[in-house]
Amino acid sequence: MSQIVLNGRKVYGGVSEGEALVTRQNISTWGGVHAVKGIITERRHELNGQSFKDKILVFPAAKGSSGWSTVAQVIRLADQSPKAMIIRDISSLTGIGAVVMRVPTITDLDQDPTEIIETGDWVKVDADKGIVEITKKRA
Amino acid sequence: MVELARDEQEMLDGKHGRAQQRSMEILVQYADALGAEQFVDTNNVHLFVGFHPYPEVIQILDGDELASKFLLDTDEKITVDYVKAFNTTHIWAMDLDRWQVMGAPESLHNLMESIRAYCIRTGISLSATCTPYQVGNLPTRGEHCAWTESSAVPFCNAVLGARTNTEAAHSAFPSALTGKIPLWGLHLEENRRGTHLIDVQLDVNSIMDWYLLGYYVGEVCQLAVPVYELRHKMVPNISMLKGLNAAGASSGGIMMYHIVGITPEAPSRQAAFGGNKSKETIVYGEAQRRKAYENLNCAKGETVDLVNIGCPHYSLEQLRDVARLLDGKKIHENVDLWIWTAYQLKSIADRNGITDTIKKAGGHLMTDSCPLNTNLFPKGASVVATDSAKHAHYAPAIGGLDVYFGTMENCIDAAVTGKWRGELK
Repeated sequence: MSQIVLNGRKVYGGVSEGEALVTRQNISTWGGVHAVKGIITERRHELNGQSFKDKILVFPAAKGSSGWSTVAQVIRLADQSPKAMIIRDISSLTGIGAVVMRVPTITDLDQDPTEIIETGDWVKVDADKGIVEITKKRA
Repeated sequence: MVELARDEQEMLDGKHGRAQQRSMEILVQYADALGAEQFVDTNNVHLFVGFHPYPEVIQILDGDELASKFLLDTDEKITVDYVKAFNTTHIWAMDLDRWQVMGAPESLHNLMESIRAYCIRTGISLSATCTPYQVGNLPTRGEHCAWTESSAVPFCNAVLGARTNTEAAHSAFPSALTGKIPLWGLHLEENRRGTHLIDVQLDVNSIMDWYLLGYYVGEVCQLAVPVYELRHKMVPNISMLKGLNAAGASSGGIMMYHIVGITPEAPSRQAAFGGNKSKETIVYGEAQRRKAYENLNCAKGETVDLVNIGCPHYSLEQLRDVARLLDGKKIHENVDLWIWTAYQLKSIADRNGITDTIKKAGGHLMTDSCPLNTNLFPKGASVVATDSAKHAHYAPAIGGLDVYFGTMENCIDAAVTGKWRGELK
């Protein structure tokens, strides 16, 4: 099992680990996610139909509606949150979104996380220290 | 860590009450999440106080409890005395006067009435529109704002030269309470410069053309700052730019752009890039236009159940045009026609007889909301026709509807005949 370590910066603190769900497409939570079911619903999104609950959600950035944090908060209240988020490019939407989703979140990594991490990899996120440890599913 | 000025530290320490203290707590977390170094003052906030889709997870009717739990993100009940900054409000769950047309449940209407009372008490403007710039919120060039609504943000930045990031319910409300927002992103000159050149080779003369341009470029550029160069010079008007903005913030996340020779920070291509080198030149020609059109149209067959137009809220120009198209016509018995605008613009439509013309044809002119927002579509509707790329983008995911996208004329024709006959010309 090969292990890779990425270094970044805390967005929202905490430590968590789990299986990665990775997309190279940006995510709009409002109008792109069903908050109460915890699944991606955007018609042409590569993760359409997939659940992010209890995953380490890895994505490039937010797009679309300003309702990002509104939906993120409902995701939390409906108990559908991912275990952690790894966001390549932070923006206003994901910044406040992480604050209300209250899950460990990291950004500004030394390599593009959507290139390095693959769906199914085991990922440990230490947001307080800004460290991501990846154990590849395929060595 | 964000550095606090004295007034900000005082608010955080609770010297000005719990509401401002809680607001600063959220704003400090938010600023640190972004990596912002300081705050900037703002006296122009476009709030979201709709409180939906919260009824799906909790039932509360008390305004203070709602605002505390959802906007200030705490179980503690915090009473807001008066909101500090000038503000307008984004759309909410329903048209407060015509909620039964939308099929809204009475429980949701009661919730909205509770919110209305809360807004009146705390100094929150009841504009309830996705187009604050159409109803009296026109920031000046360089003004620092905190606006929600992805389609309004590029209007603020690119069209007016004011400055805002795309704010959310949870950043805009604390911002309005404190008059502060992180000095980050598009508040800073260096992030407003162009990154990609868009070589617009086609004529873009209609509202639909601008929607298609925005939808294509949003999907390709995502969060970039595109610089549009029009080979065939023309000056787009407010209805066209409203379409460009809404489309680019749906397929992507465009918050700022330039149109060379048109928008205020782009007197020339050089000024638009401000020393940046274009990362890529993106050609927009016939093939790209067709691609955007095909991506937006996902319905099959020809039957249409609902015609939904006015996303973002129709301008006076669009209201005038749609009334002319509907004058003396009757819409098909199997079709609902919903037209959306701002409350203030509807009052002009009432005076002008536009509302009557729409009503006589069998349609509804509605305000304050849109069916996407609360997923309130007519019962049994499975195919919607629209002239908005934004509505076309979101309706499948939110309402499970198939979509036809086209011109206003295509949509009114579909409302009258019950059939879609639009095509890309």
